[in-house]
Amino acid sequence: MKLKKLAAYAVAATMAASPVLAELVFPSLSYRTGPFGANGAEVADGFADYMTLLNERDGGIGGVMTRVIECETGYSTEKGVECYEATKGEGALIYQPLSTGMTYQLIPKTAADGIPMLTTGYGRTSAANGQVFPWTFNFPANYWNGASAAVNYMLGENDGSLEGKTVALLYHNSAYGKEPIPTLEALAEIYGFDLTLLPIDSPGQEQKSQWLQIRREKPDYALLWGWGVMNQVAIQEASNIRFDMNNFIGVWWSGSENDVIPAGMAADGYKALTFHAVGTDFPMFDDLQQYVVGAGLAAGTGENVGTVLYNRGMYGAMLAAEAVKVAQEMNGVAQIDAGMMRQGLENLEINDENMAAIGLQGFGPNFEVSCENHGGPGLVAVQQWDATAQEWSIISDFAPSNMDVIQPLIDADSAAFAAESGIVPGCM
Amino acid sequence: MLYREAGDYKKTYAEDSQTFPLKLDRYGYYTILFVAFLVVPFVINDYWASAILIPFLIFSIAALGLNILTGYCGQVSLGTGGFMAVGAYASYKLMTSFPDLNFMIIVLLSGVITAGVGVIFGLPSLRIKGFYLAVATLAAQFFLIWLFNKVGWFYNYSASGQITAPKREMFGFEVTGPSASAEAKYLFVLVLVVGLAWMARNLTRGRIGRSWMAIRDMDIAAEIIGVNPLKTKLVAFAVSSFYIGISGSLFFTVYLGAVEVGEAFGILKSFLVLFMIIIGGLGSIFGSFIGAAFLVVMPVLLKNVMVGMLGWPIDLAAHVELVIIGFLIMFTLILEPHGVAQLWRVTKQKLRLWPFPH
Repeated sequence: MKLKKLAAYAVAATMAASPVLAELVFPSLSYRTGPFGANGAEVADGFADYMTLLNERDGGIGGVMTRVIECETGYSTEKGVECYEATKGEGALIYQPLSTGMTYQLIPKTAADGIPMLTTGYGRTSAANGQVFPWTFNFPANYWNGASAAVNYMLGENDGSLEGKTVALLYHNSAYGKEPIPTLEALAEIYGFDLTLLPIDSPGQEQKSQWLQIRREKPDYALLWGWGVMNQVAIQEASNIRFDMNNFIGVWWSGSENDVIPAGMAADGYKALTFHAVGTDFPMFDDLQQYVVGAGLAAGTGENVGTVLYNRGMYGAMLAAEAVKVAQEMNGVAQIDAGMMRQGLENLEINDENMAAIGLQGFGPNFEVSCENHGGPGLVAVQQWDATAQEWSIISDFAPSNMDVIQPLIDADSAAFAAESGIVPGCM
Repeated sequence: MLYREAGDYKKTYAEDSQTFPLKLDRYGYYTILFVAFLVVPFVINDYWASAILIPFLIFSIAALGLNILTGYCGQVSLGTGGFMAVGAYASYKLMTSFPDLNFMIIVLLSGVITAGVGVIFGLPSLRIKGFYLAVATLAAQFFLIWLFNKVGWFYNYSASGQITAPKREMFGFEVTGPSASAEAKYLFVLVLVVGLAWMARNLTRGRIGRSWMAIRDMDIAAEIIGVNPLKTKLVAFAVSSFYIGISGSLFFTVYLGAVEVGEAFGILKSFLVLFMIIIGGLGSIFGSFIGAAFLVVMPVLLKNVMVGMLGWPIDLAAHVELVIIGFLIMFTLILEPHGVAQLWRVTKQKLRLWPFPH
């Protein structure tokens, strides 16, 4: 079942530095246990499988084999710190902690230790400003893009006007859930809709009172900013009060199969945001079947290949691998270090050509990363769940978000962070 | 032979009433202090500091605090997480409002602020006891977490609600912030632990400690012989919250650097510290340390053994770790309901007679 790859961890007390092998180390701060474990496991599987594919099919990246060190954090910040400290001495090239709370924690630490962090679609949104956060990247989209995209979608459905409509935001009562609030409040003022904020305490299994309020107030739209078991419960509760699923839009972390399947047919029509494609209709997946799943090297059982979160984990791994290639090219060496990785990330370019080369053309938007913009293009689409066919399908184009609302917010937030931490903004 | 008072003559009253009358105890204590202060800082690295020693020391302080309240004074409290949050937020507000204030003063002041809050939430203890007081302190736990989530002033109106500890130095060495060295952080926390443990030991074996224990054992009889229950219980809450506030402040500033109140100071923290003192031994200073080691260091050790040495998959290791810790807790409590400290006391007693049976 589990594999030799996973068995090679040297997470034991790193009193002595481990010998330097020719390897590209990717620590995976994953969580396969706890209330967020079901979702976290899929992302971690996608990440690990892509790295295995690169090893098996291509012999690594640029000839150097990849190594994924998985460390269980259980979505707890303390364990995240322990995992970070345990793995950073192993030659870690990049961290993708998959938790907004941990990201906030690690932003100053990774900057001090000189290891880049990629937080695709989560983390601290203002890290898009690479002049204040040189070591943190959050392309291709962040939460404020998502909030704006949701509002744009709602505008599209209402002929460009949301005057007098009410939108309820159900959010996980943590840094993650609170992220979209400033943007949504700003957009509420511009477009004239009423925003109701309904926090749900972690882990989110108890939501009766919030849904009672929704049943009473009957908002026109509901936005879900949840994770893990909170999503399932929210969708179940929404179906209990017969809330129209077509008006229920979740962020990309609230739109996976784990969230909608438990509610069965009642979840039909539920929408979610996404910043990449869904499904397995890409040539890379054939390679994955052949080299990884078929060869018995899959991190999970192989059944979750192609699910939304699996694809997301794989996308994160792909972006990291592409950045490694850029770094290898820029520095002329195959065995890069964390500093070179940062350069690779900052000069990353995703276009049709290199996506086609890896068999994922059209999987995600094309973009370029620069020092000023670590946040990517912010192109977001909406996907919808079809409960009969049991699959997600994208129902809108990858549309841009209101950068003229979001950019000032990013600038203000990053300036505040820079002032607080004594950082002088500038490009590295 | 090894562990005897025989032959050890005390010439002054001070010598006679010292904490460790037996020579072996004293020398053991000095050795531990020597190793802790003069050996560990030279061999410590980031992982040992961040994952093992600093959390252990910080939770020892919290366990000492709760032991004073629950173990010595008998007031069950489930509000430890909330009080740690008070300590953390107090430090945050003090650090951001007074950037030039010495960091040690900030930590101590956070303790004092938490002591004040603790006294307020301890007022119900004058009317209710035992299980019901536990529920009242549970209310404190949830109220404080809600307060820090809701009122923007506490987190300086930041969008995410997270608080981040700015950099602070002691004697030119950074102790908070991401570039603080492992040694500096460790020594700072160690100094506080030694100071607070010394204070706790002397408080509990003095007049105040005896009045706490009198209240714990039979509060009506204590009142009859002249122990003022109001003052005694409130002092217990104050001292205990002082310790827990310092622990929370260190947890936020030195250990984590950034916290989200719901996740870092939730009800699980309260249970964790309560379990530490139950496993370690209620009413025992040594027990607080043992309990903290059990519940902080043991999971990390188990993880490193299972994942690192045996190579098990990480989710299996995480679940087995829960099973093992639970089993060890049950095992310890069945074998020795008074906690590991009682085992230690019994060992010392037997050692005093060894090699004779009685």
